[in-house]
Amino acid sequence: MTWQTVWQPLTQIPIIWLLLTLGAYVISEGIYLAAGRFPKLQPVLHPVLLSVIMLITLLHYTQVSYGTYFAGAMPIHLLLGPATVALAIPLYANLQRVREYLAPLLIALLVGSLLGILSGLLIGHALGLSPTSLISIAPKSVTTPIAMALAQHAGGNVSLAAGFVILTGICGAVLAVPLFQLLRVDNEIAQGFAMGIAAHGVGTSRALQMSETTGAFAGLAMGLNGVLTSLILSLVLSGWFYFF
Amino acid sequence: MLYGVTIIFAALFAGEALSRLAHLPVPGSVMGMLLLLLLALWRQGFDARVTHFATHLLRYLALLFIPAGVGLMTLSDKIGSQGLALILTMVFSTLITMAVTAWVLQFLLKRQAAKNQARSQEVQP
Repeated sequence: MTWQTVWQPLTQIPIIWLLLTLGAYVISEGIYLAAGRFPKLQPVLHPVLLSVIMLITLLHYTQVSYGTYFAGAMPIHLLLGPATVALAIPLYANLQRVREYLAPLLIALLVGSLLGILSGLLIGHALGLSPTSLISIAPKSVTTPIAMALAQHAGGNVSLAAGFVILTGICGAVLAVPLFQLLRVDNEIAQGFAMGIAAHGVGTSRALQMSETTGAFAGLAMGLNGVLTSLILSLVLSGWFYFF
Repeated sequence: MLYGVTIIFAALFAGEALSRLAHLPVPGSVMGMLLLLLLALWRQGFDARVTHFATHLLRYLALLFIPAGVGLMTLSDKIGSQGLALILTMVFSTLITMAVTAWVLQFLLKRQAAKNQARSQEVQP
């Protein structure tokens, strides 16, 4: 009896994929939290990145198709809809802070939101990316559930969009402190807001390690950028594909 | 808890329905978020039961991306030739966005602080 004769029937029990997804996440989160002693290294060990690597490795070596896995893990994927709606709660809580610096924050939001989309399209176009890749990379600065919904809506690839968002968050969180030192940005509000705009949730958790103010404005920026990008992305994309 | 679940799902359904019936360019789940936000702005807050469910759901938000993320395994042949271009685009776009946003906001905040200081000096000679 080989391991395949045991493993094959097990892969047909759908709940195994729920269990393995949860298991991979629990292990990854443990590793991520343990890395909390090294705040600069921590974003690289993002639990989603680790879980995805673990599961792809497992599926690859045991020759199980993505279709089989996804059908089993579907209940987790379906919760993305309600979770996106639930983002209204932290957004509302953070909105109270806007009043004092209303004009500067709104200008920075508009600049950051447009730049997040347009710089991706311009650089990607210059480097010869396909239209599907461009649509999938355009919403990379907004929080994952919104970016996935936007990419799907605009005709991009949902998995590619999810991958970009996570990598963008990690990139932003790792490079934020050296970048701000280089540019001499020492204002905590500006630091946090920029991290939330450019690097969504991963950037926000890094910002929370820097200070409470930095974290709060990162959370606010993440929420506002999600809303604004949702409203303007299709407009920007249709304009872009009209000219290019 | 059940009340909170019902409100969130009702907002999601209303958002999906609105997005489809009115052919909006915004996805239904995002529309649902905006509707719930408008409701909170109108009622000046959320019911504690809604906040309770939402907070628990968002605590595990990252877990919900994994099934789609594993889908990257199906893209290896498509990405193959574009891999480096994709990574470069992502890194430079992120750096430019973060740098310009931070710089613009720091400039505007300093200007506002200078204005406020000038105004308070006029009041107290």
